[in-house]
Amino acid sequence: MSLLKDAILSVTAQGHKAFVPYIMAGDGGLDKLQSTILKLQQLGVTAIEVGIPFTDPVADGPTIERAGERALANGTTLRNVLETLSSFADELTVPLVAMTYLNPILAYGTEKFAQDAKACGIRGVIIPDMPLEESEIVHPALKDASIDLIQLVSLTSTPERIERLTKRSEGFIYAVTVNGITGARSSFALELDEHFKKIQTYTDTPVLAGFGISTPDHVKNFGAFCSGVIVGSKIVDSLALNDWTTIEDLVKASKTAAMK
Amino acid sequence: MTTELKGRFGRFGGQFVPETLMTALQELNAAYDKVKSDESFQDELRYYLKNYVGRQTPLYFAERLTEYCGGAKIYLKREDLNHTGAHKINNALGQALLAKRMGKNKIVAETGAGQHGVATATACALLNLECIVYMGAEDVKRQALNVFRMELLGTKVVAVDKGSATLKDAVNEALRHWVTNIEDTHYILGSAMGPHPFPTIVRDFQRVIGDETRKQILQLENRLPNAVVACVGGGSNSIGMFYPFVEDEGVALYGVEAAGKGIETGMHAAAIQGGQTGVLHGAFMYLLQDDNGFVQEAHSISAGLDYPGVGPEHCHLHEIGRASYGTVSDEEALEGVKLLCRTEGILPALESAHAIYFAANLAKTMAPEDILVICLSGRGDKDVHTISAALGGDFA
Repeated sequence: MSLLKDAILSVTAQGHKAFVPYIMAGDGGLDKLQSTILKLQQLGVTAIEVGIPFTDPVADGPTIERAGERALANGTTLRNVLETLSSFADELTVPLVAMTYLNPILAYGTEKFAQDAKACGIRGVIIPDMPLEESEIVHPALKDASIDLIQLVSLTSTPERIERLTKRSEGFIYAVTVNGITGARSSFALELDEHFKKIQTYTDTPVLAGFGISTPDHVKNFGAFCSGVIVGSKIVDSLALNDWTTIEDLVKASKTAAMK
Repeated sequence: MTTELKGRFGRFGGQFVPETLMTALQELNAAYDKVKSDESFQDELRYYLKNYVGRQTPLYFAERLTEYCGGAKIYLKREDLNHTGAHKINNALGQALLAKRMGKNKIVAETGAGQHGVATATACALLNLECIVYMGAEDVKRQALNVFRMELLGTKVVAVDKGSATLKDAVNEALRHWVTNIEDTHYILGSAMGPHPFPTIVRDFQRVIGDETRKQILQLENRLPNAVVACVGGGSNSIGMFYPFVEDEGVALYGVEAAGKGIETGMHAAAIQGGQTGVLHGAFMYLLQDDNGFVQEAHSISAGLDYPGVGPEHCHLHEIGRASYGTVSDEEALEGVKLLCRTEGILPALESAHAIYFAANLAKTMAPEDILVICLSGRGDKDVHTISAALGGDFA
């Protein structure tokens, strides 16, 4: 049973697409975290991906890297993000997904991380520098806390890997839409719809598209061949500018995506 | 015994990388397995090492240094005499040939001191491969000569001004470049670190140092040395020197990390002596980090040792007690430079000077019939500005 999967399936059951915004915790100060999360929740997002800053974010492009640097300069750590989240956990109605590099979890202690994260309303974890083969280092602790470990599937993953990753991913499957790092892009490879169809043949776990999705059109286009989208850099940029109109438009697009 | 099961050395190593890189790492592993036993590849590599790099390098009896120390007989393995001036060419050439076999004609690399960058740029010019090198902006300043050399060789050098603007940040950018250009690009990692299979590949291309040393010392002295000393940043010259001696229990192995301004100041690059286990750049290893798991900046006068982690095989050799790791500070390394200049007429790289200083002290504690080998991993021409500035000169 997965709270995340249920949340996504209940959205798609209504004919909508799941929308998962990514925010960098501590960008603009940790005291902004509560109001940002609650406002996104109010807009009707499906889940919220909370990024933990790291000194060496090799999977991230310039937008999220800079947001991370701002957060680090503010003194943001995994520890104080979890403390902040726990202070308003009872106001959450959508599941949270933590995105963090592996080393901060190892330094925090994997069991303690899983238990504390659970108490904050974190229902899933994405670790971009930990492929399936290395996941035993944290998976047992997450499983004990009923936290999903979400796998990324990339365009370069071989068919055998795609099958294995898809079957092992919990909550949802994070389908990376480009070769490379996070960040807004204007074009995508043409054969993406085939790629997504192939992924979905292996599982009933919903597939969400992420990396490079930055416009309402992207949201609609990707929505046509998967269960929803994750939007990172565009949300991070918009939050830094306090531009909620752009964010509302992106969320709205997910509610009309299935119409296309 | 060092194990390579699943890319691990004991509990160290692994493949902690984004999913996008996994297929490329598996391809690399398969391609490397193939060439390892392919005589035509090994012949080609041997041909270039002999006729282009100038191997084998001498194992030179440092008579005046021996006399000065008044202890063990000291030999220098002269990797400084390689084409491009350091051991880095052994690996760069091997991996460039491997990339050609894999049908990849674009190369990305990181560099700290610039020695690996120059070696890679050289191999790419030789084999007609397109090359881009990421280098920390701090290092670009410290190693202007090497930047110019790379550019002359037709390589594009990109200064990285993120984070501490040194080697670790250059590795981050090189990894990002590789993730984005995975289809036609091979990453020539320069040290015995990073995700599997890199630590094994780099070691195998560097073990020529230890293999030659072993053969040479048996010819010269008819026995193995009592001790072998090499500097350790990521650890490629040292693992290349150590590996052929690992099974020889009578040979003590000493790795020398950079203590920078002193371990107690926190301004150092000694991952084994002053770090805790963690994950960075694809491997589980000893790492300079704070309580939050954030990676800390390394500090060393030597750009090539200025890295917060250390290769996983060294971590393992340390943990099982097969190799011992010591430290040498910036100031002591400068003493090492002066010592070798004045006793032997050899200007060592600042990296290698750490090994010189440590070995000189070690030799004093040993008997005259003992034999000590130092890996002189590179020459110091690239460091003259840094050395001059540190010694209060105005050449810089």
